[in-house]
Amino acid sequence: MKKQSFLQRLLGAPYVLWAAIFIVVPLLIVVYYSFTDSAGNFTLENIKSLVDYKEIFWISIEYSLIATVITLIIAYPFAYIMSRKRESSQRIMMMLVMLPMWMNLLIRTYSWMNILEKNGIINNLLAGIGLEPLKMIGTPGAVIFGMIYNYLPYMILPIYSVMVKIDKSVLEAAEDLGSNSLSKLRRIIIPMSMPGVVSGITMVFVPSVSTFYISQKLGGKIMLVGDAIEKQIQSLYNYNLGAALSLVLMVMILLSMALMKKFAGEGDGNLYV
Amino acid sequence: MKKILSTICALALIASSLFALSSCGGTVSILENPRAEYTREYEGTTLNVFNWALYISDGSEGTFDVNSAFEELTGIKVNYINYESNEAMYGKLKSGAVSYDIVIPSDYMIERLINEDMLQKLDFSKITNYDLIDGKYKDLFFDPNNEYSVPYSVGMVGLIYNTSIVEEEVDSWSIMWDEKYADNILTFNNPRDAFAISQFLLGYDVNSTDKTTWDAAAEKLMEQVPLLNDIVMDEVFLKMEAGNAAIAPYYAGDFYTMYENNNDLAFVYPKEGTNIFVDSVCVPANAQNYEAAMMYINFLLEPEIALANAEYICYASPNTAVVNNPDYSFYGDKLLYPSAEEMPKTEYFHDIDPEIRAYYEKLWEKILIDLNM
Amino acid sequence: MKKVSGNIFLVLIYILLYAPLLVMVFFSFNEAKSTSVFKGFSLKWYSELFSSANTINALRNTLVLAALSAVIATLIGTAAAVYIYYCRSKAWKNTLDVVTNIPMMNPDIVTGVSLMLLFVFIGRLIGAKESLNFMTLLIAHVTFCLPYVILNVLPKLNQTDPHLSEAAQDLGSTPLQAFFKIILPAIMPGVMSGLVMSFTLSLDDFVISYYTTGSSFQTLPLLIFAMTKKTVKPDMYALSTLIFVTVLVLLIISNIIQAKSEKKERVGK
Repeated sequence: MKKQSFLQRLLGAPYVLWAAIFIVVPLLIVVYYSFTDSAGNFTLENIKSLVDYKEIFWISIEYSLIATVITLIIAYPFAYIMSRKRESSQRIMMMLVMLPMWMNLLIRTYSWMNILEKNGIINNLLAGIGLEPLKMIGTPGAVIFGMIYNYLPYMILPIYSVMVKIDKSVLEAAEDLGSNSLSKLRRIIIPMSMPGVVSGITMVFVPSVSTFYISQKLGGKIMLVGDAIEKQIQSLYNYNLGAALSLVLMVMILLSMALMKKFAGEGDGNLYV
Repeated sequence: MKKILSTICALALIASSLFALSSCGGTVSILENPRAEYTREYEGTTLNVFNWALYISDGSEGTFDVNSAFEELTGIKVNYINYESNEAMYGKLKSGAVSYDIVIPSDYMIERLINEDMLQKLDFSKITNYDLIDGKYKDLFFDPNNEYSVPYSVGMVGLIYNTSIVEEEVDSWSIMWDEKYADNILTFNNPRDAFAISQFLLGYDVNSTDKTTWDAAAEKLMEQVPLLNDIVMDEVFLKMEAGNAAIAPYYAGDFYTMYENNNDLAFVYPKEGTNIFVDSVCVPANAQNYEAAMMYINFLLEPEIALANAEYICYASPNTAVVNNPDYSFYGDKLLYPSAEEMPKTEYFHDIDPEIRAYYEKLWEKILIDLNM
Repeated sequence: MKKVSGNIFLVLIYILLYAPLLVMVFFSFNEAKSTSVFKGFSLKWYSELFSSANTINALRNTLVLAALSAVIATLIGTAAAVYIYYCRSKAWKNTLDVVTNIPMMNPDIVTGVSLMLLFVFIGRLIGAKESLNFMTLLIAHVTFCLPYVILNVLPKLNQTDPHLSEAAQDLGSTPLQAFFKIILPAIMPGVMSGLVMSFTLSLDDFVISYYTTGSSFQTLPLLIFAMTKKTVKPDMYALSTLIFVTVLVLLIISNIIQAKSEKKERVGK
């Protein structure tokens, strides 16, 4: 390795400064608020009152885990098939995956309401073929579906990025050595795509577990931890309890990420996009 | 990969040319006969207006563009920013991080803002059109001496129902507890409004400081919540128009918007009483363009302007020049302007003690959390 | 057979991805003022768009903000990634890694509120009349875009041959020359996807913007979110449809151009 030159320090300085002021300090503010009351005195009240929220923490995790798993199940074969296409089609397909994300989240979610409603498009189609209408809006299924829909591109993207890098010649060599597709998948593709899977899981699980807009619009009465935080901050101005809720959520996320990385045995903290 | 960069450049280019086009196009709204006098003394200054979204006639669908008419007349630039709830507006003001010259909160919020010294007195010698305000909207509880606010818009909550599903005569909030209509009932997605319905039904004061009455109202809500299709704010339009739900409490003026798209809908003021609100124009304590704000308030009271706003918003106007104008499309409308004998029992929300507020918020949260399980 | 079922799967997922956009496009042509009841075909919401100064203004604000924050985040982030890559101290490197991950782990609302609290605090310190303004909004957007740039660029750096730039320097180029001639071209795809990702994220954000914007700057997501007491009119659908079509056309054009230039390259060889 080379010496760290003055030039390199200069390169890093803006970010280090920026991260210190706008990432680390706000984080300390969250911690500070979690352990103080509105007058600024030290208290454990906020942390204690979190007990009331254990159920919503639990269902938030449950829903977002289910959403993450289903997203992975959809995204993995999707990315694989895509990565085996001609290069020019790959480019177009990738573009088509990203394009919906340029549309406003609020508008997209609104449109889903139209589709999933009691008299919505799906139920009209079902009625057309003589089936019973389904209740979708306001069910946990709708919330999970909303998460899957919104964050699916974030799963496809990193997995695809690592998949395209798997050298075709490696696969061919494996075939020559008599590997069937299953063992090819198990021995080569899955291990090599693991870093992409890890960053995909992160990018889907984190926003899912803290969402509030999706649960508000598609979930009806269902309340997730994101809703609880929003409520404390937005209509009760209880930044202290809001901060405490966020702190726990954050610690939870960090722990599960660490656990996952350990479990997956891979993942170097890089985002594969 | 360079293509993406060029894409963005091109996008920015197209977008900017789009604005160049749009800024020279469009019709300019002009106030023909101002009732008061306006000067161009503050030309070149900026006025920051913080208002509910879609709460001013903005030139869409051929309506009058109030802000551009004001700009045309006075040379003051109007910076128009929106909020979605009184609470959101309060949070923004309370942070002290922003300064607006005009805000238009509801009654109870004005009471809170005055109590917390967050508003400043208006100079009524400059608001010469104030005499147009209907006497019944003066001297109200939140501003007893008429010092801080000028009424802008008035609304009442009622029951909207779909006659193709609800065939019986509706006159009471109790229908929102009728098991026949399970999964067809909506309620407000905020505790104050949701509790109020329960309180009206039980005959309690909506501004009660007695926790036991809130407990009782919460218990009543517990019975209702399993029957609910959803808790809503704006989604009520979508749900009622398309017949996804059959019963919903909402504002009389908004009923007309929904009725346009679904003629099966009907509206009633329940006999137990209902909530009335007045949104009034105020000037925050840290406003930076006070004189222009006075001019703007006076301008909003102009008969022509107030009429345009009343037509656009669809809520009742506190301005006599609008109410008595035979050309006003809601002239003599029974829902917006019920006669004395048809007027339902109404109650204003008052600013409630923070402890009680936290208490009912907690109750509401608990109802929802228990329901999750 | 396998290939066919694979293709069917792809098509199904695309239908899923585009279903709400189709609904959006459909209702943007609604004659009625409703996003759930369709009463007839009309273009009126498209002409409406251009008569509402509020909407146009919000759209312009959104684009300006997204472009600025994407560019700033890309500049700082790319430099930071290079710095982190060459960083010798393992502990310092790990610290930076963790810090970089924080904005991605934090719920948006927490990032927004904590930044707001910080800005208000600084504002009081320096006695500013308004502690929130366009600058604070820009800072917030750059802050949440930065990790995505860094995490896009780092893997590309890891793929470059570390000896390459050393070799260049041995052959007499300055470190600066080595960086621009060798490293930068190699990591360019990562830089570009960081830029695009930042642009996309900034375009769509409303939670963080909500807390950090001042009294005179409203973006499109903020405007749409504020409509929750009344209702979202079809004009917002029309606007989104226009944005959608614009982006689609631009992407198609750039694809055609790229395909052509690739062909030329191949022929040239």
